[in-house]
Amino acid sequence: MSKSIQRYTARERSNHWVVAIAFVLAGLSGLALFHPAFFFLTNLFGGGPWTRILHPFIGAVMFLFFMAMAARFWRFNHVTAADRQWMARIGDVIRNRDQGLPEVGKYNAGQKYLFWILVVSVPVLLLSGIVIWQPWFAPFFPIWLLRVAVVIHALAAWIMILGIVLHVYAAIWVKGSVRAMTRGTVSEAWAKHHHRAWYREMTGK
Amino acid sequence: MALQSLDIKARSATTTPSPNVRAAGAIPVAKLIDISKCIGCKACQVACMEWNDLRDDVGTNVGVYDNPRDLSDQSWTVMRFSEVEVEQGRLEWLIRKDGCMHCADPGCLKACPSPGAIVQYSNGIVDFHEEYCIGCCYCIPGCPFNIPRISKKDDKAYKCTLCSDRVGVRLEPACVKICPTGAIVFGSKVDMIHHAEGRITDLKERGYSNAGLYDPQGVGGTHVMYVLQHGDKPELYANLPKDPSISPLVGLWKGVTKPLMSLGIGLAVFAGFFHFVTAGPKEVEEEEKTD
Repeated sequence: MSKSIQRYTARERSNHWVVAIAFVLAGLSGLALFHPAFFFLTNLFGGGPWTRILHPFIGAVMFLFFMAMAARFWRFNHVTAADRQWMARIGDVIRNRDQGLPEVGKYNAGQKYLFWILVVSVPVLLLSGIVIWQPWFAPFFPIWLLRVAVVIHALAAWIMILGIVLHVYAAIWVKGSVRAMTRGTVSEAWAKHHHRAWYREMTGK
Repeated sequence: MALQSLDIKARSATTTPSPNVRAAGAIPVAKLIDISKCIGCKACQVACMEWNDLRDDVGTNVGVYDNPRDLSDQSWTVMRFSEVEVEQGRLEWLIRKDGCMHCADPGCLKACPSPGAIVQYSNGIVDFHEEYCIGCCYCIPGCPFNIPRISKKDDKAYKCTLCSDRVGVRLEPACVKICPTGAIVFGSKVDMIHHAEGRITDLKERGYSNAGLYDPQGVGGTHVMYVLQHGDKPELYANLPKDPSISPLVGLWKGVTKPLMSLGIGLAVFAGFFHFVTAGPKEVEEEEKTD
């Protein structure tokens, strides 16, 4: 077993998993109201009215913890010229041909773009969600705004769900990644292969 | 609250056929409100309260005849009084009995996410089944006429039922039964259109050259129709929309987009799975650490 490098602290991991659990619950309860094909998911939350009651509170928790997490990781997610070169070779990345890819810091370009997609979509979900939050806020907004909000809410949620599907798959696909978020560490070999600039920064090699 | 004696044409959030076996089907019905005959007595409001066991809060007088001021979970119909000068110096008092229009293409039903919370009977009546209502308020953006109201008491949506419980046993709606001037009549939609034509001819003879029937085709026609003295200007009647239709945003939100978006999510998951079993995982060789 190679030596390991600390990637996430216990606080960062806890923060991530609060967001993840809230996302799964908000996602399932939201899909339940998204299309009749998913209405059966209301059973997980105690029926239709309970789903409607719980969904926005879960969403608000997700927003708060997501913003805290985004603040923690903000500075690692600035997109650079090297990221654009990496993204230009996304086809090779997908085919597992990683030789000669530009050096990657703590996050690769795909992770960074996902970060920014979430940084936009989560607040959009909160704001559009408040407009349609029944019974607390929805009665205070004009009907035309409700119409705009329901469309934006559904669209932002869809983009976020697709992003998270990608995020979860990437964690499964790139072996050795999941332990970064469960145990907090990655192997040196993993760091060196996938995030060489970060590896050098962390080890001084 | 479902009426087993009535076939159901459409049911909210339901993608399979609704109960619809009765051979004869139902004759589409309509309530016709002849505004030129309305005297604003509000007997229809009272009859509605009586039949449906509704009692709104006593409000305050703000200097207009509208009382209560607006529709609510307890007021399913409200007379809206408009003082207008259609021609200079000629004041007219237009009184419109507002309430659910029972659209042939109901936006509320389209928007509702809860199976069976909103149904449309084959006779055209659009009914809310509150026991399935989850209180999400989606019917409100769905409706082109600003009709549904969510109760603060139980978080369920309420509106005029067109007295579906009375119509189901061959009675006319309560407001129709009580109207002292015959301004509200009820029958088959064909008969009501025929009746309206007679009224419109009469109004035209009496100088209302633009008299007309309000049966807006943008929502597929309605099962509550108005005879308007000024059929060319429905907005005069407390902003009755001239050409109402379900908002394109609701169409976008509830149309083909959602099945396509659902498909997209499913495809993304499958794409991941098949990528894994074809391209395989990204594994780091352990010997890399020693180079």
